[in-house]
Amino acid sequence: MKQRTVSSIGKYVFLSIVCLFSVFPFYFIIVASTNLSVDIIKGRMFFGNHLFENIKTLVSTVKLGNAFWNSLRNSIVGTIASLFVCSLAGYGFQIYRDKGKNTLMGLLLLSMMVPFAAIMVPLFRMFSQARLLDTTAGFILPTISTAFLIFFFRQSSESFPLETVHAARVDGLGEFGIFFRIYVPIMAPTFAAAAIVTFMAAWNNYLWPLIIMQSQESQTMPLLITGLTAGYTTDYGILMLSVTITTLPTLILFFTQQKRFVEGVLGSVK
Amino acid sequence: MANSTLTKKINLYGWLFVIPAALFIFVLNFYPMISAFMLSLQSGRGNNLKFAGLKNYARLFQDEMFLTSVGNVLTYLAIQVPIMLLLALVLASMLNDPKLRFKGLFRTFIFLPCATSLVSAALIFKTFFSIDGIANISLMALHIISEPKSWLTDPFWAKAIIILTITWRWTGYNTVFYLAGLQTIDRSIYEAARIDGASASRQFFHITIPLLKPVILLTTIMSTNGTLQLFDEVKNITNGGPGIATLSISQYIYNLSFMYNPQFGYAAAVSYAILVMVAILSLIQMKVGNRK
Repeated sequence: MKQRTVSSIGKYVFLSIVCLFSVFPFYFIIVASTNLSVDIIKGRMFFGNHLFENIKTLVSTVKLGNAFWNSLRNSIVGTIASLFVCSLAGYGFQIYRDKGKNTLMGLLLLSMMVPFAAIMVPLFRMFSQARLLDTTAGFILPTISTAFLIFFFRQSSESFPLETVHAARVDGLGEFGIFFRIYVPIMAPTFAAAAIVTFMAAWNNYLWPLIIMQSQESQTMPLLITGLTAGYTTDYGILMLSVTITTLPTLILFFTQQKRFVEGVLGSVK
Repeated sequence: MANSTLTKKINLYGWLFVIPAALFIFVLNFYPMISAFMLSLQSGRGNNLKFAGLKNYARLFQDEMFLTSVGNVLTYLAIQVPIMLLLALVLASMLNDPKLRFKGLFRTFIFLPCATSLVSAALIFKTFFSIDGIANISLMALHIISEPKSWLTDPFWAKAIIILTITWRWTGYNTVFYLAGLQTIDRSIYEAARIDGASASRQFFHITIPLLKPVILLTTIMSTNGTLQLFDEVKNITNGGPGIATLSISQYIYNLSFMYNPQFGYAAAVSYAILVMVAILSLIQMKVGNRK
């Protein structure tokens, strides 16, 4: 019995230490946003009162509003487009399942094995020829259709009863009518989970925007914050403030939609 | 008869549902794969390319930078992935304990790093380990070091910090998978083991790990795949330095294509090297994972 208590205390201690490591960087960026760089490098770990000063400096050095809007627009448009294309396909692969479509699905799954670095050079050349550099279309196109999301919708559609489809046909609803009027509303939670992970991936995307968003006008948040360390000396207050601003939307999604977020991460693995 | 034409018509509709998504993947994934291969058979600078046969592939084996980047990535892989997955397994089996209190709180905190981007994580850890960063301040206050250490210009520590950053960002992510896997295991197996007097560590190695094998295989393949494509962290913590001591393969491809006078053909050959490595390592893992 005594050994039990010891091991159980050990467990709580271990979990607490891991949690401390997980959470500390978040505490740090928020606190550092309110302090001046000179105080941060002296090791100040408590809230200061320089938040507004830091915001003013940040806004005057970089085009913060512009980058935030670019990120938001690209991510939202990308998420909507992606959900539309992939849910149609996932539904199609499940409801109209036959040999041909199963083969195609298998083929599409192979694309999960293709590393992005392996296709970025030809993609860049294609997109620059098509004059898609610095555009939202350029940002979203390579990630609109992903085998991950198609497969996620296909697996989730297994719970969608075929009888409903048959009944709707008898009622005279067309194939697309069934999808939009019955499937989409019923599967709203699946769409929510997919939307959260897709939005987060788009919001945090770095390598592809780094290649194609070359002008300052089209810069997204990850590009903007990495630019802040390029100078000779780094203003840590400003840097951490910009990291906090970039993290805030995904952090809010995480806290308010944690259950859906976990579902989306797990995707089709169930 | 009427029924079969109806089925045919419905079947045709089915294709309408799947074709847009398939087209996107063919045009923006498979086609670039093929054109990367064609590109890899050409050499030259900028858009001035000539057919060169397999010359680019031969060059790979004499290219110091390429070989170093492969070595670096394999080092990250061999050290980081096992540490992270083991830690995630331990955390998941602790969180799965039905008697654990504050479970929701622990779980939220452990998953929390997933809510930030790789770029943010990289910049945070770069700040921690900068010369006037918190790592030096704390270690000096504890008298472990007497003067600030330049972590990121030391080849060993620069690699260690990259590994630390990846581990911080992805451990919770993998814990999610293990926890989901554990929830499908029947509790009574653990009860029976406990009654038979099996210790917690014996239960972990003889029940948890064997039953989670499919999930462990999946996370190993995902992590391997991710590490081979490592870019954001290295680019933003060390930019490949000191020298090329932390350079990753993806960053090398990026440098070849977009930093210097572009060598698209050779960059494409390096790309194929990653593809082959991903394929080989996944195959090996599946073979090992499926062995009884």
